[in-house]
Amino acid sequence: MKKLSIILAFLLIFVACSSKKETSEKKVYKIGTDVIFAPFEFEKDGKYVGIDIEILDAIAKAEGFEYTLSPMNFNGLIPAISSDQLDGAIAGMTITDERKEVLDFSEGYYESGISAVVSAKNDKINSADDFKGKTFAVKKGTTGSLYAEDKQKELGSQIRYFDDSPSMFQEVANGNADITFEDYPVIAYKLSLEKEPTLKIVGDKLSTAHFGFAVKKGQNQELLEKFNSGLKKIKESGEYDKILNNYK
Amino acid sequence: MLELFLKSLPAFGKGILITLEITIFALIFATVIGLVVGLINIGKNKIFKAIAKIYIDLVRGTPLIVQAFFLYFGMTGALKFQIRPEVAGIIVISLNAGAYMAEIFRGGIQSIDVGQMEAARSLGLPYSKAMIKVILPQAFKNMIPSILNQFIISLKDTSILTVIGVAELTQSGQVIIGRTYKSFEIWTMVGILYFILIYLLSTVFRKIEVKLNV
Repeated sequence: MKKLSIILAFLLIFVACSSKKETSEKKVYKIGTDVIFAPFEFEKDGKYVGIDIEILDAIAKAEGFEYTLSPMNFNGLIPAISSDQLDGAIAGMTITDERKEVLDFSEGYYESGISAVVSAKNDKINSADDFKGKTFAVKKGTTGSLYAEDKQKELGSQIRYFDDSPSMFQEVANGNADITFEDYPVIAYKLSLEKEPTLKIVGDKLSTAHFGFAVKKGQNQELLEKFNSGLKKIKESGEYDKILNNYK
Repeated sequence: MLELFLKSLPAFGKGILITLEITIFALIFATVIGLVVGLINIGKNKIFKAIAKIYIDLVRGTPLIVQAFFLYFGMTGALKFQIRPEVAGIIVISLNAGAYMAEIFRGGIQSIDVGQMEAARSLGLPYSKAMIKVILPQAFKNMIPSILNQFIISLKDTSILTVIGVAELTQSGQVIIGRTYKSFEIWTMVGILYFILIYLLSTVFRKIEVKLNV
């Protein structure tokens, strides 16, 4: 019993020390991102790269703040921000009115919009008129899933939810679902890399939207201001365009 | 909070139905698989026993989520066939629970005194009749707690199937949170719903156990 109490005491001291350490040093922001969402964030040679990652890095250098990156499934980002596990997130996140109820967004840093995507072998779906009664594969918590939910009743479609973009694409490529709705730049980038694409885009963009850097509503305002100011700086210096060109 | 719960109830209801549907089908198949494999392992056929051993080791040696991904995204792509995610879920959980049930059955049967089989055989009963009429009924009574355990585990395992797109109870929670951002409230509700489901399942089993002991 005595040995046990000594071990417990050491554990408690260790835990107390490790949490004290954080507050005595300069603020390091915990910023979340998606696990895989090319070309905005993805892993290459063991490191995270992508438009979002490079923009964040450039802004952090320009504004002089430090951060750690926390990749996680997209649908976990907003709950993590809301419960103060993250200070902010940059993850190809579209600025929407619903999200503005719990988040504060930076100025839009990238223009996007949703496209409908089907299997490359599918010649039955050629426009939005052919969406009726089909099965949609979507990613939890995204504007793609919102689009599918809005249209579900009128189209009489079934919706299947997945945690990440690869699973969602795989579902359509395998033929288990007919259509997925994804941000246009993401599907365009994926198709540009594949020699034999398994998917194709149908029709024009279904919406126009902007990506924003997000923080919890009413908090971390100084981080938000730094992002906006840094974004302006890297746009003026031309670094913003350079980053975008890296992923063309 | 009540308003959120009432609004979410239809979605929760659908999720519960899928959870139960998968659990019930999977457990029926798992019981059959478990019985067959368990009896094989008690028997004398070396080839069948080897196959059974490989099956049990593979299933117990890999996580359920990996098995689900492998079947639903891996095999369907490689072998070019399609199945509904719910069907894939039933297959994966059946095979998973079946392996554990095989061990439960083997252990339960082996726990019955050898004298029982000897007496049955010496009365002229063939092996199969002795098994069905004498050994299994006695073994079953002993196995009920372990079987209930596996049933509960399999019901909770269905929550993993959300990653292959099955719209069970956990996923219904995720989808609602994706729209409302109320993590704490929704996860509390989902937890309570699972608890109620499992409590009802346990109560049914306890009633069965009491009836068998009388």
